[in-house]
Amino acid sequence: MIRRRAGRGRAPLSLLLPACLTVALLLLPLAYLVVRASGGGGRGWRILTRSNTLDLLWSTGLLVFGVTLASVTIGVSVAWLTTRTDIPGRRFWAVGAALPLVIPSYVAAFCLLGAFGPRGLLQQLLGVERLPEIYGYWGALAALTLSTYPYVLLLVSAALRGLDPALEEAGRGLGRTPLEVFRRVTLPALRPSIGAGALLVALYTLSDFGVVSLMRYDALTRAIYLQYKSLFDRTPAAVLALVLVALTALVLWLESRWRRRVSRSGPGTARQPRPHRLGRWRWPALVYCGGVVGAFLAVPAAVLVYWLARGLDRAEPPWREVVNSLSASALAAAAAAVAAIPIALLATRYPSRLTRLLERLAFAGNALPGIVIALSLVFFAANYASPLYQTLALLVFAYVVRFLPQALAGVESALASVGPRIEEAARALGRGPVSATFTVTVPLIRSGIFAGAALVFLSAMKELPATLLLRPIGFETLATEIWKTTSVGAYSRAALPALLLIAVSAPFVYFLSSRHEPTEVEHG
Amino acid sequence: MKKLVVLLSALALAGCGGSDNNDDAAENGTTAAAGKKSGELVVYSGREEELVEPLFERFEEQTGIDVQVRYADSAELAATIAEEGDNSPADVFFAQDPGSLGAIDDQLAELPEAVLERVDEQFRDDRSRWVGTSGRARVIVYNTDELSEDDVPDSVFDLTDPVWKGKIGIAPTNASFQAFVTAMRLDAGEERTKQWLEDLKQNDPKFYEKNTPVVEATASGEIEVGLVNHYYLYLVKEELGDDAPIANKYLPGDDPGALVSVAGAGVLASAKHPDAAEQFVEFLLEDEQQRFYTDEAEEAEIPLVEGIDPKEGVPTLDELSGRGPDVDLSSFGGELEKTLELLNETGYTS
Repeated sequence: MIRRRAGRGRAPLSLLLPACLTVALLLLPLAYLVVRASGGGGRGWRILTRSNTLDLLWSTGLLVFGVTLASVTIGVSVAWLTTRTDIPGRRFWAVGAALPLVIPSYVAAFCLLGAFGPRGLLQQLLGVERLPEIYGYWGALAALTLSTYPYVLLLVSAALRGLDPALEEAGRGLGRTPLEVFRRVTLPALRPSIGAGALLVALYTLSDFGVVSLMRYDALTRAIYLQYKSLFDRTPAAVLALVLVALTALVLWLESRWRRRVSRSGPGTARQPRPHRLGRWRWPALVYCGGVVGAFLAVPAAVLVYWLARGLDRAEPPWREVVNSLSASALAAAAAAVAAIPIALLATRYPSRLTRLLERLAFAGNALPGIVIALSLVFFAANYASPLYQTLALLVFAYVVRFLPQALAGVESALASVGPRIEEAARALGRGPVSATFTVTVPLIRSGIFAGAALVFLSAMKELPATLLLRPIGFETLATEIWKTTSVGAYSRAALPALLLIAVSAPFVYFLSSRHEPTEVEHG
Repeated sequence: MKKLVVLLSALALAGCGGSDNNDDAAENGTTAAAGKKSGELVVYSGREEELVEPLFERFEEQTGIDVQVRYADSAELAATIAEEGDNSPADVFFAQDPGSLGAIDDQLAELPEAVLERVDEQFRDDRSRWVGTSGRARVIVYNTDELSEDDVPDSVFDLTDPVWKGKIGIAPTNASFQAFVTAMRLDAGEERTKQWLEDLKQNDPKFYEKNTPVVEATASGEIEVGLVNHYYLYLVKEELGDDAPIANKYLPGDDPGALVSVAGAGVLASAKHPDAAEQFVEFLLEDEQQRFYTDEAEEAEIPLVEGIDPKEGVPTLDELSGRGPDVDLSSFGGELEKTLELLNETGYTS
C-alpha cells in the first residue's frame, strides 16, 4: 500500500520543516546522554562490559516480552469479544476493560501489593499464613500488563470497528468457524493496530521505573536510577540509558518488520457487522471478561477505597491539584497532536527514507525513563534557555518528548484507514498538496487526532518523575500529591488523589473506547 | 465526540489561563533571580513536604520572606543542582543525608562560623559547606509479637547468624543504608565489611526500596527485624495505629549499626538571595525550630543543638554520644562511590 504512492513526488517543505524541527527537539535527551556518556572516557566502556549489564539486558528483555505478549493476548481477545460477538453487556465490558489505562502503573503496583502482597487484603480475607510471592517478575508483569494492555485493546477495537465486515462474513458464508475466520481473516487485517499497540506497550515497559522498583525487579531503568544516586558521576547512568535506546531501536525495527507484512484489500465500507452468536460459549466469555475487569480494575479500586476509608477523616480533596493536572495534560495533548500531524503525514503520504527515519526518530525519547528526560531538559533549559526553565511550557514540552509516539499512533492509524484517494481527487480538482491534505484529509482523521491527543493526555496525567523536577515551583499535580504521601507511607492520604486521578481521567477513556473511527466521520 | 473536543479545548484554555499564575510564580523566581529583590528564597528540599512544611511556614511568618520550595528526592535534587551549574535557581539545599550535600559541596558556599557552632563538629562539614539540622540514629526495628528487646542482637554483626535467615529486611538502594555501610567500611575496614555483606546475603535478607516499607513489613510480620533509621517507626505508627507491634532497638557500643547521621542544609554559592539563605539555615538551628522535632514533628528526629531533648523514648545526643562508629560524616559524599561499588559487587544493588 505504501509503494504504490511512492511516486507522488517530494515531500513539501511546509511539512518537512515543522517535522524536522520537532524531531530535533525530541532528540535533545539523546544528545545529552551522548555528552554525558562520552565525558567519562574509558569508564563508559567498562560499565557496558560489566557482567551484570548483560544480566540487566536479559531481565529487561524478558519483562518487555512477557508484558507485550500478555497485553496483546488480553487486548485482542477482549476487543474481539466486545466488537464482534453478542456477549451480554458489550459496552460495559468494552469501557470497563479499557479503564485501567487511567491507573498510574506505580499506583497499580501499590494496589497489587496491598491486595496480594504479604499480609495484604487477600491474605487477611482468606486467613492463610502465606501466599505465593508477588515480588519479582510476576508482580512486575501483572502491574505493567494492567496499565498497558488497554493500549492494544483501544487501538484494536478501533481497527475492528473500522474494518469492512464483508470479508469476515464471506469467510463465515464458506462455513468457517468464528475462530477460523478470526485467525485467517480478521487477525491479518489487524496487524497494523496490534503492532502499534504492542509498540506502545513495549516502550512503556522499557521506560517504567515505578513498578520495577516497587516489585523489586532488576530492570535497566532501576539500575539507571540507582546510578543517579551515586551522584558524582553521571557517566554510568548515561551509558545504561544509551543501552535502553539501543533496545528501543530493536523494538522499533521488529515492529516495522511486522507492519511490512500487511495485506490490504482496499478500504471497503465499515458498517455494523452481524455479531457472532456465542451460544454456550457465552458463559466462559463472560467469566473471562469479568476476570479481566475484576483483576485489573476492581481490585485496585477496592484497595484504594479501603485505604480511603481508613483515613477518611484526614482526607481533603486536592482541587487545585486536579486543575493543575488537567490543564498541564490538556496543553501537552494539544501540543503533541499538533506536532504529530506533520510527522505522520510525511511518513504515510510521502514515504521515503528520510520521512520514515524522521518518524522512527520521534520514538527515541519514548523508552527513556522520566528522570533521564528530566535531567537532560534541566541541563539544556537552565544553561541555554533560562527564561523557560521551571515554567509550565517546559513541563508541557517534557510531556511531548515522552509521549509524542502515542499521538503518532492515533494519527497514523487513522491515516492508514482513510487512504489517499479522496485527497488525490481534491488534487485533481486543482488543490495544492498541502492544501488538499489540510482541507480533505485532516478533517477526515480528526477522530484519530483526538484519540492520539487523549492518549497523551492520559499519560501526562499520570507522569511523575519529569513532573517532580521540571514543574514550576509550587505547581502540584495529582501525581506529585500521590508521590508526596506514599513516600512517607501515608497510603490512606494517597488514596483520594489516586481515586480523583482515575475519576477525572475516566471520561477520556470512555471517549476512546466508544469512538467509531473512521466510519462516524465518513458517514456523518 | 464534539463534547469531548469542547471539553479538551476548554481544559487547554483553562490551562493557558491558569498558567498565568504559575508563570507568575515561576517568573517571580527568575525575575527575582535577575534583579536581586530581597524578600524571597528558593529552597530545594529533599526532605518530605509532609515532614518539614511547617518549618517553612514558620519562617515565612517570622521574616515576611516568601519561600518557594521544590520538593523531590535528595539525590535527584543533587543531580539537578549539578546539571544547573551556576544557573541554579536554588538558594538553599535542604537534604536528607550528608551524601547528597557532599556530592555538590563544590557548589556550596561557606557558612558563617556562628551558624556552624550551633552543632557539634561531628554533625557538620569539615570545609564548612553544610551543617546538620537534625539527627537520625540507625536502629534495628523489630516485631514485638515475635521478639523481645533482648532477643534482638546487640550488634549488626550478629545478624549473620543463621537463626535470622529470611527474617531480616533492608533497603540497600536507599541512601540511609548506604551511609550505614560507608560507616562500617570506615570504622571496621573494607575486608570485614565485605565479609559481613557476603555473610548477611547467605541469610536471604529481604530487600525493600525504602525504610518505610521495611518498617511496615516488620509490623506485618513479613520480617522480624529491619535495619532502618529510628524515626520511620513513628511514621508507620501514625498510619497503622499506635498498637502496631513494632519497636526500635538502639544498639549499644561502637557498633556501626549505632551510627548517628544527619539531615542538613547548605547555601549555594550561586544563590540569588544569599542573605535570606543564610538567615534560613540559621533559623533551622534556633532553639525554637530544634524543638519542633521534639514537640510537633511526627517523626521524632533528634535535635542537634545542645540542651534540647528529643521526644520521649528517643535517646538524647548525650546518651548517643560515645556510641556508634567513629566516622566523619563530611567524608560520606566522597566515600559513597566505593560503597556503591562494594554493594554492587556483593549483589545488593544489581
